[in-house]
Amino acid sequence: MYEILKNEKIATNCYLMEVVAKDVIRNAKPGQFVIVMAKEDSERIPLTIYDYDKDSDVLSLIYQVVGASTLELSTISKNLFAVSGPLGKANEICVHPELFKDKKIVYIAGGVGIAPVYPQVKYLKNHHFDIDIIYGAREKELLLIQDKIESVAHKVFYVTDDGSYGDKGFVTNVLEREIQNYDLCVTIGPLIMMKNVSELTRKYHVKTIVSLNPLMVDGSGMCGACRCEIEGKPKFACIDGPEFDGHQVNFDLLIKRMHIYKEEEKEKLLQMEKDLGKDCEVE
Amino acid sequence: MEDMKKIEMKTQDAPVRNHNFEEVSLGYTKKEAMDEASRCLQCKVPKCVEGCPVNIKIPEFIAALKEDNILEAYRIISESSSLSAICGRVCPQERQCEARCIRGIKGDSIAIGSLERYVSDEAFKNGYESLPKVSKINKTVAIVGSGPAGLACAYDLAKEGFDVTIYEVLHKAGGVLTYGIPEFRLPKEIVSAQIEKLEKLGVSIKTNIPIGNAITLNELQEEYDAVFIGTGAGLPRFMGIPGEDASGVFSANEILSRINLMGSFKKDAKTPIKHAKVAYVIGGGNVAMDAVRSLKRLGIDAHIMYRRSEEELPARQMEVIHAKEEEIEFHFLENPVKILVDEENNVIGMEVVDMELVEEEAGGRRGVREIKHSNHEVSCDMVVMALGTGPNHEALKESDIILTEKKLIQVENGKTSLDNVYAGGDVVTGSATVILAMEAGKKAALEIIRRYTGKYQSDK
Repeated sequence: MYEILKNEKIATNCYLMEVVAKDVIRNAKPGQFVIVMAKEDSERIPLTIYDYDKDSDVLSLIYQVVGASTLELSTISKNLFAVSGPLGKANEICVHPELFKDKKIVYIAGGVGIAPVYPQVKYLKNHHFDIDIIYGAREKELLLIQDKIESVAHKVFYVTDDGSYGDKGFVTNVLEREIQNYDLCVTIGPLIMMKNVSELTRKYHVKTIVSLNPLMVDGSGMCGACRCEIEGKPKFACIDGPEFDGHQVNFDLLIKRMHIYKEEEKEKLLQMEKDLGKDCEVE
Repeated sequence: MEDMKKIEMKTQDAPVRNHNFEEVSLGYTKKEAMDEASRCLQCKVPKCVEGCPVNIKIPEFIAALKEDNILEAYRIISESSSLSAICGRVCPQERQCEARCIRGIKGDSIAIGSLERYVSDEAFKNGYESLPKVSKINKTVAIVGSGPAGLACAYDLAKEGFDVTIYEVLHKAGGVLTYGIPEFRLPKEIVSAQIEKLEKLGVSIKTNIPIGNAITLNELQEEYDAVFIGTGAGLPRFMGIPGEDASGVFSANEILSRINLMGSFKKDAKTPIKHAKVAYVIGGGNVAMDAVRSLKRLGIDAHIMYRRSEEELPARQMEVIHAKEEEIEFHFLENPVKILVDEENNVIGMEVVDMELVEEEAGGRRGVREIKHSNHEVSCDMVVMALGTGPNHEALKESDIILTEKKLIQVENGKTSLDNVYAGGDVVTGSATVILAMEAGKKAALEIIRRYTGKYQSDK
């Protein structure tokens, strides 16, 4: 059991959880992820690490309620049954910042994808990088942790689908306008966004790192549920990733694989909403 | 003449059990166990003991059983094996102890596995578990992985007074005993009981910790007197054929983890398992049998496809017999070359070729080759790959431990190339059996005990 300090809603369907997890964060690095279980019989949910404080042993996660298991996660308050991690490889820029000293780097985030972007930009700021962020969401209300990212980024470009904050449109509109300023791109968010960003940067020959979040069970290389096609070869996102070269990822395949349990998940969500009672529904 | 036949263990009826996840074999009654024990000839030079990887004193425990002394029989077994309730159920006895039994020359061998199971279950039921008195020796060992190798190693070390900590990446201990072997073959309460026994002996089990990431091997080497790596062979293999990334293709590990570890077979489970109508499991080992029989129990029309013939099936004999009784359909000498998919990338079938056996390969198994122009199609909506597993070296990150050509950890007498690091089980041998992993765990434990206590020095 892991003590929960905070599990609160920060926007529609978006939650911030703080949990004491000493073993997880002792060697944690930006870009890695954890697997959490709300209760003993819960599903294992992979979540990228948002923040961690090695002095207080507090791990912070931001997650979006999208189905039965994340809905259940949003309802617990005292203890988290399991946090396993850190898992996966760390972000390659943060592992070897010295190799990227002369690069002009932009991070492109969509929705809750901003959560794993924050620790990377924070880490790189501490290593004297000036990093710009392009951050998009559907509407103003869904732009998260703005003060946090503004405190670590050199410049933040906001963009919303409906124009309620920042530019109107998509992150790719802003990226295309600004792309001559960058020679390395890291993008984290919905698959379709990462796909569109990668297609754009391929045109401009800008190297692009993406962080994939496919279905997983164990997260340690045992089950192969998370296999992705990278340069035509199968790779496991949990141990070979989660970060890959965006120009080598078969996104269309990955998008189809995200729907494997569509029917089963619908049933589980209905059951969970029934079990948790009226007040708990995905908005 | 009746002595020639062994007493078969009763099972749930096949048409009933292929709809539930309760244990298939029901165990001996006392009378059945006594009758079977009385068939043992008590050989002066018992071959069965040589056939057992951990050399359980088989005639001695059977003699105690004949005298209705379960406590003594269990004590004798426990001298050699800490996981006997498990081994009685999952060891391939027909290739080990029972293969050497003198009775087997003219009739049936003694059902040693069934007797081992009976004694262990009775001992457990009656609370005969007597934990040895341990005096601590102030030496610490970290064990990476809580599968059979790690558990066996931990037990032997704890008995000698070592402070043992087991690290497990999953939320439940037991490794393949927990995530892999299904409830109907190995009830999880038996696995939990074995793990509780270890905890009572003072072994600490830390779950959710991925060694290599959370704590590196180098850090364990610093922190503990010795380290044992028993991480197994966890990485599932795929065939590399077109369509294998389709949405209905799974590794057997994934199917079994969802069912056993996450309990997806229960109606109210929170982790889903794919609904399917017709599933083909590719492979012929124990994992393939476990996967296909699990799918059958979920109401799926479940098939095995194996590229060799029935004779070469590597699975434990009893599992094949049980699978057939449960109406699993076997397709021998066939192999998929392509997974057929619809526009949404869902499986709709397989393109399959016929195979033929050729001369023996190195290792004694018949080789196999494709018959040209034999391609044909089968319909299905799920394909499960049970092709064996490779080593998973996440735990070895940032260490310079020496691996073999096959990327397995190189060991000599259980010791790796690193000074205080030992290894055993599938991570050293490639995918094998529970009992061989246990044997390796025990061997490494003995080496660690010799080195750090000076006890049990060999005569050489």
